[in-house]
Amino acid sequence: MAEIEIRALRKAFDGAEVLKGVDLTIHDGEFISLVGPSGCGKSTLLRVIAGLEPQSSGEVRIDGAGADGIRPSARNLAMVFQSYALYPHLSVFDNIAVPLRMKRLSALERAPFVGRLMPGRRRAERVIRDDVERVAEQLEISPLLKRKPGQLSGGQRQRVAVGRAIVRQPRAFLFDEPLSNLDAKLRVHMRAEIAQLHRQLKTTFIYVTHDQAEAMTMSGRIAVMIGGELIQVGTPAAVYEDPCDIRVAEFVGTPKINAFPGRIRSDGRLEMLGHVLHAATLAPEGECRICVRPERIELASHGLLSGTVVHLENLGSEAFVHIGSAGTDAPVVARVNDPGQLPAIGATVGYGFAPEAVRAFDADGKRIVTSVPSRVERPRGMAVV
Amino acid sequence: MTPRARMLLWSAIRHIVLLAGAGVMLTPFIWMVSTASKPQTEIFSSDLHLIPYQFALWDNLLIAFVKADLWRYLLNGLIVTASIFGLQVLVALPAAYALAKLRFLGRDVLFALVVFCILIPPQATAIPVFLLLHKLGVLDTYAALVLPFTISVFGIFLMRQFFKTVPDDLIDAARMDGISEFGIVWRVMLPTAIPAVTAFGIFSVVAHWNDYFWPLIVLNSEHLQTPPLAVAHFRNNEAGTNYGPLMAAAMVIIAPLVIAFLFAQRRFIEGITLTGIK
Repeated sequence: MAEIEIRALRKAFDGAEVLKGVDLTIHDGEFISLVGPSGCGKSTLLRVIAGLEPQSSGEVRIDGAGADGIRPSARNLAMVFQSYALYPHLSVFDNIAVPLRMKRLSALERAPFVGRLMPGRRRAERVIRDDVERVAEQLEISPLLKRKPGQLSGGQRQRVAVGRAIVRQPRAFLFDEPLSNLDAKLRVHMRAEIAQLHRQLKTTFIYVTHDQAEAMTMSGRIAVMIGGELIQVGTPAAVYEDPCDIRVAEFVGTPKINAFPGRIRSDGRLEMLGHVLHAATLAPEGECRICVRPERIELASHGLLSGTVVHLENLGSEAFVHIGSAGTDAPVVARVNDPGQLPAIGATVGYGFAPEAVRAFDADGKRIVTSVPSRVERPRGMAVV
Repeated sequence: MTPRARMLLWSAIRHIVLLAGAGVMLTPFIWMVSTASKPQTEIFSSDLHLIPYQFALWDNLLIAFVKADLWRYLLNGLIVTASIFGLQVLVALPAAYALAKLRFLGRDVLFALVVFCILIPPQATAIPVFLLLHKLGVLDTYAALVLPFTISVFGIFLMRQFFKTVPDDLIDAARMDGISEFGIVWRVMLPTAIPAVTAFGIFSVVAHWNDYFWPLIVLNSEHLQTPPLAVAHFRNNEAGTNYGPLMAAAMVIIAPLVIAFLFAQRRFIEGITLTGIK
């Protein structure tokens, strides 16, 4: 159990700045995900927290105490690696027992041959055996204890790696993309298991992933990192619904949010593709991007905009229609809840969206607050000129 | 010619070439075994024959073991090669770990120097090393045979290349588990590097078991002599060289290497190839 505070953290490798001043407070017992595209510095941040990498400046505080200069093992944090990093020459039992042996046995007791003769060793080993077996039972890997990592499947290795982390009862768990090497089905399954583990242990979890779906489904809060900066921290719903930056809006959510080129008029109304939207802002006049999530786009013959269907993705329970239209670089993606009523490829369809669905961003990509002026009557679900 | 016939012909040519190569390599060994099995009279007879008329291998071996204390020399060889290999591993593994996995100023320059050292032939430094050992007063001891070879640049290079392939995550996991840097070398890197250590061990043991040059210049005492020097005992300019026992002794001293190679053949090839791939 630990609260972890990160203050003005910077990290540079050979002059290239990877972390550009990160501030983040991770609450005790929280499940937080650090999410971002590859190369955004999220793994580096995790490694700095772990103590595997020294920061260039700034501070990491664990439970109020500065962690600088404290060895990784002394911070009492456990880490699960993407490649699992199991010791290939040790059995599953010994792999899980390593952190306990390092902590509980003296150097002399650990020594080969001589160690067996030390008086306290037998008793310590018995306690370690009990602890390892308890964890193995919890993770349902008891039958595998005698095997070597090479004889295990990916999912089993994953469990052993988690077992090695939880056996030492650390103050916080650090996960570095632990599910990336698993196949899609197993990944979804392990997602639920890790979330369940967090509910069980009630310890601080810091989870690094590039997969926004993992972050959204597992964590209490997600911290979106892009280009070495922490752009937004909040609950998954808040980050999804209320992105503060166009990069966050584009990174979170699949398929990607639709972005249209637009303009803020002098009277504060938003304009896109020659249509004036029923949404207003106090922001100054100028260029902007108008974004709408695929599920907020509605296909309708009398829609504001129209285009040609260029691609269909039918997932069974839902479908995505890609509409190519003049004025947008990428096709507009719309979600259709009933795949039975899909337009044909090449057909011309009309589409529109409610003014509440608009998320507007200025030329720098920062969010612009928009409001929908109240009106007596408007066609349901349609943006109105 | 049908494709099948062409393939057969090609296969035949390939085998003939390989057999010729094997013949060139094996002839000295076969001649050694043949000579070791012949009595003195047959060795000096004018007709060349491979199979001895009178089988004298046991007599020659007996003379070899009686005339020269072969057991003693074999034991010396074992002590010297084992000590050299043990110390080489003790030096090479931490050095290779630092060069492969730790970040420090001047690492690449140091590694370049290590590679450069591979180019220096041992004979070039023989005289300075000899003088150094003389000043230390350890000439004509086991130490003189072992000390100059404790730092093997080839070993450092080989292990460093292997350690490069060990994922960083494994080392970080060990650090998180509380294993010290030296602990990582012996508890994590050494067990994963067994194939490379085996390959290096074969190189090292073969080189120092067969070394004739260095023991010849640092040793005087007969009881410290290594196997190759023992064979030289049978060369005698005044009384004439006694070839039968000489060849029998040569057979005895190469036997441990041949047997070891046959046992470790697979590991050996693994170890050599692993430095090339990845």
